[in-house]
Amino acid sequence: MKNAAKRIYVFLIFVFLYAPIATLIVLSFNASRTRAKWGGFTLKWYEALFHNRDILQALFNTLLIALIASVTATVIGTIACIAIVNMKRRSRTFVMGITNIPMLNADIVTGISLMLLFISFGFRFGMGTILLSHITFCIPYVILSVMPRMSHLNQSVYEAALDLGAGPLYGFFRVVFPELLPGILSGLLMAFTMSLDDFIITHFTKGAGVDTLSTKIYTEVKKGIKPEMYALSALIFITVLVLLLLVNRAPDDNNNRKGSKL
Amino acid sequence: MNKTKKKMLGIPYFAWSAIFIVVPLCMVFYYGLTDAGGAFTLENILSIASPEHSKALWLALLLSLAATVICLLLAYPLAMILNGKKKNQHSFIVLIFILPMWMNFLLRTLAWQTLLEKTGVINSILSFWGLPSLNIINTPYAIILGMVYNFLPFMVLPIYNALSKIDPDVIHAARDLGADSVQVFLRITLPLTLPGIISGITMVFIPALTTFVISNLLGGSKILLIGNVVEQEFTQAANWHLGSGLSIVLMLFILVNMVISAVFDREGEGSVL
Amino acid sequence: MNKILIDLQHINKSFDGQLVLEDLNLYIRENEFLTLLGPSGCGKTTTLRILGGFETPDQGCVIFDGKDITKMPPNKRQLNTVFQKYALFTHMSIAENIAFGLKIKNKSKDYIKDKIRYALKLVNLEGYENRSPDSLSGGQQQRIAIARAIVNEPKVLLLDEPLGALDLKLRQDMQYELIRLKNELGITFIYVTHDQEEALTMSDTIVVMNQGYIQQIGSPEKIYNEPENAFVADFIGDSNIFNAIMVEDKLVEILGTRFPCVDTGFGRNKPVDAVIRPEDVILSSPEKGRLEGVVTHLIFKGVHYEMEVTAAGFEWLVHSTSMFPVGTRVGIHVDPYNIQIMNKPASEDEEAVKIDE
Repeated sequence: MKNAAKRIYVFLIFVFLYAPIATLIVLSFNASRTRAKWGGFTLKWYEALFHNRDILQALFNTLLIALIASVTATVIGTIACIAIVNMKRRSRTFVMGITNIPMLNADIVTGISLMLLFISFGFRFGMGTILLSHITFCIPYVILSVMPRMSHLNQSVYEAALDLGAGPLYGFFRVVFPELLPGILSGLLMAFTMSLDDFIITHFTKGAGVDTLSTKIYTEVKKGIKPEMYALSALIFITVLVLLLLVNRAPDDNNNRKGSKL
Repeated sequence: MNKTKKKMLGIPYFAWSAIFIVVPLCMVFYYGLTDAGGAFTLENILSIASPEHSKALWLALLLSLAATVICLLLAYPLAMILNGKKKNQHSFIVLIFILPMWMNFLLRTLAWQTLLEKTGVINSILSFWGLPSLNIINTPYAIILGMVYNFLPFMVLPIYNALSKIDPDVIHAARDLGADSVQVFLRITLPLTLPGIISGITMVFIPALTTFVISNLLGGSKILLIGNVVEQEFTQAANWHLGSGLSIVLMLFILVNMVISAVFDREGEGSVL
Repeated sequence: MNKILIDLQHINKSFDGQLVLEDLNLYIRENEFLTLLGPSGCGKTTTLRILGGFETPDQGCVIFDGKDITKMPPNKRQLNTVFQKYALFTHMSIAENIAFGLKIKNKSKDYIKDKIRYALKLVNLEGYENRSPDSLSGGQQQRIAIARAIVNEPKVLLLDEPLGALDLKLRQDMQYELIRLKNELGITFIYVTHDQEEALTMSDTIVVMNQGYIQQIGSPEKIYNEPENAFVADFIGDSNIFNAIMVEDKLVEILGTRFPCVDTGFGRNKPVDAVIRPEDVILSSPEKGRLEGVVTHLIFKGVHYEMEVTAAGFEWLVHSTSMFPVGTRVGIHVDPYNIQIMNKPASEDEEAVKIDE
């Protein structure tokens, strides 16, 4: 009885979360333009989507920005972690406090603050300003996932490497870097997805004529829903699903291997 | 490498955060506290008291609080059920509940627009069964729904994390000392998950309070929240002084929220990261 | 003899189709210090959890003070548990932790205050009322866990490897502490451990378990001196265990050499297990012993020397106060009453197999 209630509850939440997405996917195959009626199966919205130059350009922009922003943020953030870990307690707290601002502040405030900066200093709005903004809000995610590994890093490991004759750079890349790698990768991944998904900050820092997928969707949706958007939703959902399943599988395999050893 | 040299490595980031975090924030304060002529004024901030702005703020507060409470009530039982599952099912189940979160935020909201519209999917189904139609699109209810839908996972995850950290033996110990299941929940489970609850509340409340997208897409253009007002000041009215002033008010709420969560969550246990 | 307080009858329990306890029968007397001893996975913790009410047996029943409590939830039982990792409530102060059970029972404020003071005094932590559990050391947390349990005046205290997380010195101190507590409280202690030394030091009765079966029940002296099978002998203390043949009453053949012993009634030419404790092996000059061997290892252990002697193809473990350097030829002698003869285990389940969890 109790279990049945639990199952029903989980099921209802599941429906609440997925019904909208399922609807989008179903409608993406609907030949009728009105949502109320099923006009037969069609792939024409997908075709239309792939012939929509604006959307393809926006998709390209989104991926390019996410890639550049996340990699840049990862490099700057990881190097910064080395410095932060070696700082005195008080200045470390100060720097971490600054780092937390973009994460704790509302996106809209971060967006307008950057917009004000770019206007005041005469930046030309466009890809450049979007990139600067994305790097800014990506770095904290990198620092937050690298920092714990950095501070738990056993200093003697690095010293042992030097003791065994390694130079400082060699020691860092052969001994320290591998230890940090999981943190760096998860920071990179988080930064990448945050950049992909961002709308609000991009909204304020993009110029006219440049669009990411998010801002493109926003203008399209405000104009009225086009069935191409459903097709786009379906494609994004499937992509995310496949990626997440792949990512999720990897650690599982690891556990199994460990398990069989015991 | 000695310590000073290592500290030098931080210079790019320190410069970056000074230019792109600290300076922009200072500019928000500068614009918020000056008028078009550059003279100091509190008018921009005090304009929150004007009927139009205070109405938008109250509505935003009301809707985001409602959405936060609903999220909490939905998420807690869900997190408890998920936590009760066997360990090997955990990652899969958690995955299922965060998957929608990875979908583009605007497309998720678009989905509800599609479902709720007058001639939308829900009403088609309702009329097919001869039921009265549901007209909540372009009302505050649709906005609450959109907030709950978009931010529910942010509530589930921290609570679930806090629950999964509780040693089952602690629950057993309470039972052993005579507590029944209600007492165990009130005296042990709830206090131990408080940091998770607080961090969930923060993660739902702040974006809900400051949203302009959800209200724009599901509330029609008639319902203005404080987020919409700020956004319009920047993108349409181009009155940066007023927009900055209102942003300072928003930051005040964020600050209050942060202080409250800092008090409850001293060890940062509730954090999802 | 005190009266029987707890009676476990025909308990069966399995997890995911794996049998953890099979037809377990055990009674526990009032005011007894009883230890469930065995390797991990032997079913000792499951037995304790069944007593505490955290598991329900698939079959069989738990009789407590004459009443069947098999299906009674833990919060209704007159037993309290001290958990392995203490399971203190970290969001409460020490005083609140100890008061937890009393508050549930709606005791008066004064009563609770007195009880907290009494319990803290009992575990030697007076003045710790307002500290947080996180600020205490492992040993101190353990004492609080005990204090929290005993203020409820249980008839039985269940202790699940309570000293497992402590270091050696602290563990030894806590052993004496526990014995003192038990004597002061005058209640039954049921103690679970895999540490044979702990069991020997503290218990009135030891129950040796392996693979869901009880191997032997008895006093520490009996378990040590007269193990009933090779598993018990091997698990309790160091032993030399031999495949031997009982030639006739009071004569056993070990490694091809006949040794007089004191056991009778095994029959003639019967395969048996013979156990000789390392401290019972007497080394002398080669010609004086029944067997001749060579010392291969020597370690100084403080109270005695530990040596390994290879004789008749077997590595004998020997504890002795006199030292024989490595390479010395020695004679081996054993007094008849120090040879323990045991029947071979009836089934493979009783073999000395250790499972890792």
